[in-house]
Amino acid sequence: MAAEVVALPLKRGVATSGDRGRGRLVAGGVLVAAFALSSLLAPWLAPYDPAAVPAALAQGMLKPPHPAHAFGTDALGRDLLSRVLYGGRVSLALGLGVEMVAAAIGVIVGLLAGYHGGWRDSLLMRLTDVVMAFPSLILAIGLIAVFERPGLDKVALVLIALGWTTIARVVRGATLSLKERDYVQAARALGAGHATILLRHVLPNAMGPVIVAATIGVGGNMIAEAGLSFLGLGAQSPTISWGTMLADGQTFLTSAPWVAFFPGLALLLAVLGINLLGDSLRDLQDPRLKP
Amino acid sequence: MSELIEPAARRIVALVPVLIGVSLLVFALTAIGLGDPARAMLGQRADPELVQQIRRDYALDRPVPARYATWMARLVRGDLGMSYHQQRPVAEVIAERLPATARLALAATAVAVVVGLGAGVTAALRPGRLLDHALMTAAVLGISTPVFWLGMMLSLLFAVWLDWLPVSGYGDGAWANLVLPALTLGAVHTGTIARMTRSSLLEVVRQEYMQTARAKGLAEWRVVAKHALRNALIPVVTVIGIGLADLLVGAPLTETVFAWPGLGRMLVAAVGQRDLPVVMGAVLVFAVIYVLANLLVDLAYLVIDPRIRRGR
Repeated sequence: MAAEVVALPLKRGVATSGDRGRGRLVAGGVLVAAFALSSLLAPWLAPYDPAAVPAALAQGMLKPPHPAHAFGTDALGRDLLSRVLYGGRVSLALGLGVEMVAAAIGVIVGLLAGYHGGWRDSLLMRLTDVVMAFPSLILAIGLIAVFERPGLDKVALVLIALGWTTIARVVRGATLSLKERDYVQAARALGAGHATILLRHVLPNAMGPVIVAATIGVGGNMIAEAGLSFLGLGAQSPTISWGTMLADGQTFLTSAPWVAFFPGLALLLAVLGINLLGDSLRDLQDPRLKP
Repeated sequence: MSELIEPAARRIVALVPVLIGVSLLVFALTAIGLGDPARAMLGQRADPELVQQIRRDYALDRPVPARYATWMARLVRGDLGMSYHQQRPVAEVIAERLPATARLALAATAVAVVVGLGAGVTAALRPGRLLDHALMTAAVLGISTPVFWLGMMLSLLFAVWLDWLPVSGYGDGAWANLVLPALTLGAVHTGTIARMTRSSLLEVVRQEYMQTARAKGLAEWRVVAKHALRNALIPVVTVIGIGLADLLVGAPLTETVFAWPGLGRMLVAAVGQRDLPVVMGAVLVFAVIYVLANLLVDLAYLVIDPRIRRGR
């Protein structure tokens, strides 16, 4: 299929999109690696304790960036660089943790629905139809409202509850076509059980789109967490989250714009890296889907 | 025209189970365990009489299916219950806020479609060139930028530093107040449309009828406008529909940043006040808008692409 498309007479220039894809893969990889490393190494990289309030608060609060505090300080005189580094840990842990659980649920549900078909499949499709009928963050806000008080743990629960549907549909679609393939039929004829067929023959061949969807999902979770925390519906003090830092930043936007600038920039770069990586992985899978 | 009616009707009927599911899920927000909903709404030290009244109003002492039936019967009549915080009908509260959100969403869509289509076509005309790279990088940036941060930065630049536009607020519907929120909310959408337009155009350019059009000696711009764009628009219409989700998701954030008196900010405030009837009403209205918008997109296909009318 791919070879056929490339062989068609093309206008000059399309052939260079391979270089571009590589550029995006490298840029995405570098950004994601920088984000992951700075989050993991935050305790060693951070110049200050992210929660430390200086003794002379009046002199230390809302200081603009200068050599002692590269990103400046917030309203409590805390070092913003240290807080951005620690905020990255929360963002990464939540984004990745939620996606791993959501993807695992999605894979299991998608495999079973696609393989068995029948009422299980119909039930799954109707359920995902309904969840997808809501703009995701709106439903997340509605679900958070049910809990007595907000928190990062509730954000994680809600994002898992909403996040598995995409992957379930992707896996279901792949399973539907894979189970009819000759090699799967052959395995069945040789007496392989359902579990063997699903885990050894179907799942490995469906993993490509799952990895792409999960990569993009990590970025989506991070944006959702920051958004909910920004609205006061996610992480609560003293948890350090880019979203709550941005909410503080809005309060001091005119007098101390750096308070909002740096956590937002960090979130942008991390999500940009993840999206670039996800895009390039998708192109590697299906060259026809170049953006 | 009559050939449109049957597939259109089929799509409308297919929405019924989805809408029932949506209502079930919204109802479940109040029905799922988590202790006593009346106390959850009012707090632990609420007036016992008020708690009793809510139990009666929402038939909380009856089995769940009966409660759903009561709730649905009211819903069908447009009764979304009473706001606890404002002591007036939820439908009234929502109707008051809806125009501001609609105005913002329409303006953001207009920005996204005009800028996104323009950027996508420009990039596709010279694939692989510098301008293409620059535009597509801008598109990925637009998609990856957190809307609320973008809103703050735009407001800092254009309102605080340059003093060209108001910082925030509805300004009694002044156009100047609409510019920054619309740009902010439209950014993600713009990026998505630009990318889809580009890739869809590049796909179409490879088709044989494009070679034919060129072989006929048509000017390049006519080839693009008449033959390529029309066919490339089909996936773009999809993206405009999908992008509506981005718009609705961005609404609470953008409205909070710009103190815009819309449905999104109302929803956030209602969560803070534990005003569950308002939360349910707003979530429901957002979902119904989204489902209906997607229906419109589906119907738009039927008009644009005659093949879809016959197929499936």
